[in-house]
Amino acid sequence: MPAPALTSPPEAVLFFGTCLIDLLYPQAGLAGIALIRRAGVRVIYPPGQSCCGQPAWNAGYRDEARRVAAQQIAALAGGLPVVVPSGSCAGMLRRHYPALFAGDPLERDAKALAARTFELTEFLVDVLHLRVDDLGPPLRVAVHTSCSARRELGAVDRIERLLDGLGGVEKVEQERKAECCGFGGTFAVKQPAISGAMVADKCDALAAAGAQVVVSQDCGCLMNIAGAFARRPDAPRCLHVAEFLWERSGGGAL
Amino acid sequence: MAAPSELGGRIGRALGNAAARANIARAMYGLQKKRLLAFPDAAELERLRDAGEAIKRRAIARLPELLETLEASCARNGTQVHWAETAEDANRLVLDILQRHGARDLIKGKSMVSEEMGLNAALAAAGIEPIESDLGEFIIQIGGEGPSHIIAPAVHKSRFEVAALFREHFPDLPHGDEIESLCASARAILRRRFRAADAGLSGANFLVAETGTLVLVENEGNGRLSTTAPAVHIAVAGIEKVVERLADVPPLLRLLVRSATGQPITTYVNFISGPRKADEKDGPREVHLVLLDNGRSRLYADPELRESLRCIRCGACMNHCPVYVRLGGHAYGTVYPGPIGTVLEPARAGLGRLGELTEASTLCGACSEVCPVRIPLPSLIHRLRHDAVRTDGAGAAGSGARRRRLEALVWRAWAFVHARPAWYRLWTATATRLRALAPRRIAGWSDARATPRPATRSLHALARERGLDRE
Repeated sequence: MPAPALTSPPEAVLFFGTCLIDLLYPQAGLAGIALIRRAGVRVIYPPGQSCCGQPAWNAGYRDEARRVAAQQIAALAGGLPVVVPSGSCAGMLRRHYPALFAGDPLERDAKALAARTFELTEFLVDVLHLRVDDLGPPLRVAVHTSCSARRELGAVDRIERLLDGLGGVEKVEQERKAECCGFGGTFAVKQPAISGAMVADKCDALAAAGAQVVVSQDCGCLMNIAGAFARRPDAPRCLHVAEFLWERSGGGAL
Repeated sequence: MAAPSELGGRIGRALGNAAARANIARAMYGLQKKRLLAFPDAAELERLRDAGEAIKRRAIARLPELLETLEASCARNGTQVHWAETAEDANRLVLDILQRHGARDLIKGKSMVSEEMGLNAALAAAGIEPIESDLGEFIIQIGGEGPSHIIAPAVHKSRFEVAALFREHFPDLPHGDEIESLCASARAILRRRFRAADAGLSGANFLVAETGTLVLVENEGNGRLSTTAPAVHIAVAGIEKVVERLADVPPLLRLLVRSATGQPITTYVNFISGPRKADEKDGPREVHLVLLDNGRSRLYADPELRESLRCIRCGACMNHCPVYVRLGGHAYGTVYPGPIGTVLEPARAGLGRLGELTEASTLCGACSEVCPVRIPLPSLIHRLRHDAVRTDGAGAAGSGARRRRLEALVWRAWAFVHARPAWYRLWTATATRLRALAPRRIAGWSDARATPRPATRSLHALARERGLDRE
């Protein structure tokens, strides 16, 4: 299912913050909200939301995932576009909810929600046609695109276009850019040795590219990459692309 | 900390073997580049994948009928068809044929199905010495190992290791450690064996139902020799290899070879259409085709898992898998490694025995992105993960075998909290307030990474403060 075909800004959107951002990286959520609001679109943060259900879905616990997903469908009811600052959570809503609710009374609602769900960078580029005046100093930046944004959503180019619009940013390319960072949700704790080897290689590649900053549209990847870099002397700053865009445009305190 | 599982032990050893890891990674990243160069036009590649998927989808949908057609066409050509439900059945059939001819020496072309059967061990037990004639298979045969990759079985070894192995096993042959000299040694050894062999054994890449043709691709000529020089040729193949028409073969060949090695075509493409005719001067006097089920019918019966039967064994999924690239095939402990192995092997052997493999994947999708017949590998791995912990007994063999009470309880509690907004907000409010008490270490996670800490305020709380939670 492609991104919804909406090419001009709506009056309002629902913001789905994701559990990771809610608890660990609220600044990324606030930055995403601020970018949308600055473009004149009202942002509603439905208080009934929690998690898209992906952790349980990923682990094979589909009933548990469905129970949690049903609550999100209720919290995100109505017809407004939904914006998700995460490739994998947006992928869950758009790609996996219809499968999760196949044959269920909520199937129609799940499909309708899938059809109005945007990953944040899709919304910023395709709907808001966002242009950011870059006020920051020169900086070498590497993009890490989450596998979900790349392969489930096909949204790999949006984050690149957003960064290309920043005059002071020199993009650097790490080797094997398209390779998974090794997060994989429960994979990181179920197979820590493989996951550790993958993220070590990812950090090596990012450091070798000379990145001062690593941005991504997924806080899961960032938690993994930044967590591994935290034990190294060559760590670049790792942050969500929304926060980075907000900073570069002189957006101020969130 | 619990003792590592068998899989965990193999993974640890694989990750600790720096030499093999470097050999495998170098080869896989090389194959990735070659594949990319072999498909320069992305739109054309997608059209070709459409065609390949459609051909195999059609063939699998009509599998029982096409197999009967194949049998009839083969009979017409003089090729004798044998049916094997299990690996043991297939081994017995091969052994029977060999014993009927009093064969002692068997020369083998590369065949993953024969690996699946454990044919070499079964024949050795009956006093018949099979010799592998594919260079990679020859190397691992004398090294006493199984293949670490389905198309490059010795990819974990460097040429220096191969040279050392040759020196140890064939001290009389002069050779250095250049690839040319190693090939020359292997050729000298194998040529004698081709001449002496009583029978040849091969796999098959495609079986054409309408014509009874066995299609076999290879790069070394050993496949052609194994299937033409000895008086008896035995082909072993999985039942999923059947396609409807000869015209189905060219698009599949293009996909197979380009996806596998990045070549436009293999050095040898063999179309085998039966034994030597009365007026022909060479070729085998008998051709046998052993068709192996070995759990494929069970995959066929499951509408989702059936998709795995489209596999044409190109190996692209493993070449591109970030887990395989770091582990190599031996760590999987199965005949077929990588993403396709992670589907086929647990689905056939049962989730009780091999279900853990389904957890050794990030579901990143690199495999399905390159699969020439568009098998949705991450979805199938995910489906088996679900089967491994489901409670209704449905799904693949060993359904529910990996369900652990504590883990199931954790997910139930997790779902309880996350399906109830008030409980969820209570949880985040508590976690942010007590962030100083957050654990410094999380088993598994903290081995390689710093442990994240809850923020001082949750996004829920911050959004409420800014009045964003009201419509």
